[in-house]
Parts: sequence; structure tokens; C-alpha cells
Amino acid sequence: MNFASRLRKVPFWSWVWFILGALYFVLPLFATFEFSLTWDPANPLKAYQRAFEDRDFWETFLYSNILALATIIFSILLIVPTAYWIRLRLPEARRIVEFITLMPFVVPAIVLVFGLIRIYSSSFNVPFTDIQLMQPLTNFKAGTNILIVAGYMVLAMPYMYRSVDTGMRTVDIRTLTEAAQSLGASWYVIISQIILPNIRSALLSGALLTFAIVVGEVTLASFLGVDAFGPYLFLLGQHRAYEPAALSFVSFLLTWLAMGLLQLVSGGQGQAAGAH
Amino acid sequence: MADTAMKPAKMISAPVNWKTWLGVAPFLLFAVLFLFLPSLRLVTASFTNPDGAFTLENVAQLVSEPFILNAYKLSIQISAITALGGGLLGFLMAYAVTVGGLPKPLRSMLITFSGVASNFAGVPLAFAFVATLGRQGFVTHILKDYFGLSLYDAGFNLYSFAGLSLVYMYFQFPLMVLIMAPALDGLKREWREAAENLGANTTQYWLKVALPVLLPSILGAMILLFGNAFGAYATAYALTGGRIGIVTIQIGAQIRGDVLYNPGLGYAMAIGMVVIMAVSLAGYSWLQAKTERWLK
Repeated sequence: MNFASRLRKVPFWSWVWFILGALYFVLPLFATFEFSLTWDPANPLKAYQRAFEDRDFWETFLYSNILALATIIFSILLIVPTAYWIRLRLPEARRIVEFITLMPFVVPAIVLVFGLIRIYSSSFNVPFTDIQLMQPLTNFKAGTNILIVAGYMVLAMPYMYRSVDTGMRTVDIRTLTEAAQSLGASWYVIISQIILPNIRSALLSGALLTFAIVVGEVTLASFLGVDAFGPYLFLLGQHRAYEPAALSFVSFLLTWLAMGLLQLVSGGQGQAAGAH
Repeated sequence: MADTAMKPAKMISAPVNWKTWLGVAPFLLFAVLFLFLPSLRLVTASFTNPDGAFTLENVAQLVSEPFILNAYKLSIQISAITALGGGLLGFLMAYAVTVGGLPKPLRSMLITFSGVASNFAGVPLAFAFVATLGRQGFVTHILKDYFGLSLYDAGFNLYSFAGLSLVYMYFQFPLMVLIMAPALDGLKREWREAAENLGANTTQYWLKVALPVLLPSILGAMILLFGNAFGAYATAYALTGGRIGIVTIQIGAQIRGDVLYNPGLGYAMAIGMVVIMAVSLAGYSWLQAKTERWLK
């Protein structure tokens, strides 16, 4: 294409759509940031100071991060061996497992939490008797934690499975396994020292997507009565004006950080839609 | 594709031992415990009355109770509108950075930003829009001070159907960008050259070649956007506090049980959602299969 024809084709409409979309992106963020600075003209960062001074903020935020970490670890423990086994020995299971990993798209979070509560708010009895094996999971703290991490694992499953499976497609799992076996490695050594390091960028992108979904999640946390960051921010918004704006901006920066890292490790393949 | 590749291998190798299936047992057990049982429990419960007997009453209420019909109508409307609007804007932006001739760096910028924005939802998103288009919002003020346009006097309200649609759009169109950019990359240069050699102009090329090729992926992506909005709860709840009675909000009210506590009805509404989502996902995978023919 020569210079004249390039000039003739100044992409006017392309610029229009791009700028329109860019404004849509940026205006709400700028407005939030601007608003968070207007509390006290003498001290523009007052909203941030107040928000960070609140002990509940740190507690709920830390708690949400622990939940995210637990979700990531247990998801990896569950999904990596499954995806590995399917690639190596059981291609027959591929269809059914892929179908299952798509199920969370069909069952919205609000429906999932409704179902979880109905199932696990009754106690586990020895079948056909009244002998109680375990009290309802919703009745004690550890039980609620199990439920919410399991729920988050379900929400993150489509993204985690796809990341891991894509990662395994790019390295030759079978050859690696056979080579390791011929050198006498055990299954544990094969998975932990050969498979996991080889798919670490896929694991990292799955982990970052999970993080973006879990920190700030509201639906599961509030219906299971867990003091996580999402419900905290929601409650704060009912009573205050400036601190929620500051924290909204901060949580945007966090999402940005997670997604930016994701772009770095995955080379631009990442996409997700989390807990809206 | 995968099936045909699998078949010869299957014939050679020994029949799969039941022990081999144990390798996926933990995953299947997890799915049963935390995905299938909870969903199935809702199905059985929606056909059960408070005394534990079989009933069709809940399901019948689903189609006869005006507030439920209205909830589904609102949810479907808001999902369809934001899927169309977000889909259109997302497509045009993806077009602008792929084949639209904008500088290359803008593309990676847009993709990164879309990754962020499609994940930026729920409570923070609602607050961001209050700061933007609320009564004291940034844009509301600018429009009033510099353009003499008072949004709220003109009948706009952020805490309404229109306002909620605008908020949903924020996570809808980035998702469209993320899905459509690779699809637009799949348009081969040869097709355009062939069309031009045969005397087609730009409009003809788009109408007769590019759009028919892209149509399955555009429709598929829009179905995904539809589902994305249909299942949303936190954003709507944080913005309106439950005043707009979309399905997710109504189900939430049934669980909380503060106003209208009727679990049976809640179960039935939840199952209704699952059915709608399942139908749209089936449509999506059908379109996905059609798309893959062209993007190879």
C-alpha cells in the first residue's frame, strides 16, 4: 500500500469507535478517583487514609485473599491431575469432563449458592437413621469455609480447566511422562517436578483469573454469611460516600494488576467474566 | 475433530480398565457434591410442597404469577439489550484495532483494558457509575455546567432500567472485544483481494464475504454476553438495592426471606434460570462448531 492510498484511508470511523469505547472505559474510573479526592480539599487522600485505617477493611481483605489462595490451591490439586490423566490415559473422559467444566456457565452464582445452602444446611445422618454423622456445614465456621471455597472452585472451574488443558496441549505430556518413568520417577515426582513446572504459565494465568473472580465476590459470600471483602465494601457503600469510592478505585487497580500480569504470562490469551 | 483422531488409537489399545476411571474420580465426586447435587436438589424441591408431597404448583406459579413473569421479562430484556448494544460497540472497537487500520500499540492496549474491564464488576462497578452518572456524578455535572443539559430533569435515572443497562454495558462490550478480535484476525487477506479482483467494493465485500463468515462468531459471542448479563446479581443489587426486580434479585429475596419468603417458588425460579442459560449455551456451542470451520 503506497502513501497516497494510505492517506486516502485515514481510518476516521475506527478512531470514532475507539475513542467512544475508550471514554466508556475511562470516565467511570476517572470519576471515581476524582470523587474520592474531594472529601477534604486540604487533604485529598483523606478517603484513602480513612479506608485503610479501618481494621475491618484489613480483616475482610486478608480473609478474601486467603479464600482466593485456598481456591487456587485446591483447584490446582483437583484439576491438574484430572486434565493430566485425561490427556495421558483416558481421552474417553474428555467430553464429559469438558461438559462439566462448562456447567458453571449454566448455573449462575445465585442459583449455585441457593442449592448449596439447601443441601448443606441439613445434617449428615447414617442413611435411614437419625444418627448424626456431622452437623450441617452451614452451622460452623470451618464448614462455611469449606462451602465457600468449594463454591469458588466451581465458579473458577471453566477458566482453570481451560488454562491447564491449554498449557498441557503445548507441552508433550506423554513423552515427558514416559521419559520420567523410564528414569524411575514416581507419579508424585512426575506431577510435582515435571508436569507442574512445565505448565507454570498456564497455572499462573488460571490462578490470576481465579483471584480476580474471588476477591470482591459478593453473591456467595453474603448468602453464606462470610465476612469477606465484597460484602464489606457493599455495607460500607450503604453508610459512607468517600471511602467506598476510594476502595472501588483500589480494587480496580488490583484487577488491573492481576490482568496485567495475566497478559504478561499468557501473551494476551486471557479472558474471563467473573462474578458480576 | 478430536473424535476422528481418537478412533484408531482406541481400536489398538486395550479396552479401558475401570481402574483407569479412578483417575478422574476425585473430579467427578467434587462435581457431584458441589455442582450436580445442589442443582438437582433445586429441581426436586421445585416439585415439592412444604409438606413434602409432589406438586406442580410452584412451576405453575412460574408462568401465572405476574411479578415472576415480569422478573423474567426484565432480565431477558436487560440481557438482550446489553448483549446487542455491548456486542455492537465491542465489535466496532475490535474492528477498529484489527482490520480498521489503527496503530498497532492501540490493539494490545485495548485487549489489556478489556481483560480488566470485563472482570471489573459487582460492587465497585456500581459505585464507579454512581460517581459518574449519579445525581452528583462527574459526567452529570459536566453535561449540566458546560452543555446546559440536565440529565435528571430530562428523565434519566441511574437507578432505573436504562441506568442499569449502561452499567452492564461496562463489562459487556469488553468481553465482545476479547472474543471478536481473534475472529476478525481470522479474516484472510486473500478473501479481500479475491473479492476486489472480482470487482467488489468495500460494502459488497463486507456484506457478501466478511459478515457471513463472521456471523456465527458474532451471534455466538452475543449469546455469551446474554448469559453474562442474565446471571449477574451483585452489580444490580449494589446499584439499586433490589428495586429493579430482575430474576436474580427476586431469587435473592426468596433466599433472604425478608419480604416474600417462599422457597418452593425460589427453587422454581432458579430452575427457570438454569433452563434459559442451558438453552443459550447450547445455541452457543452449536454456533461455535460452525465458526471453527472458518477459523482454521
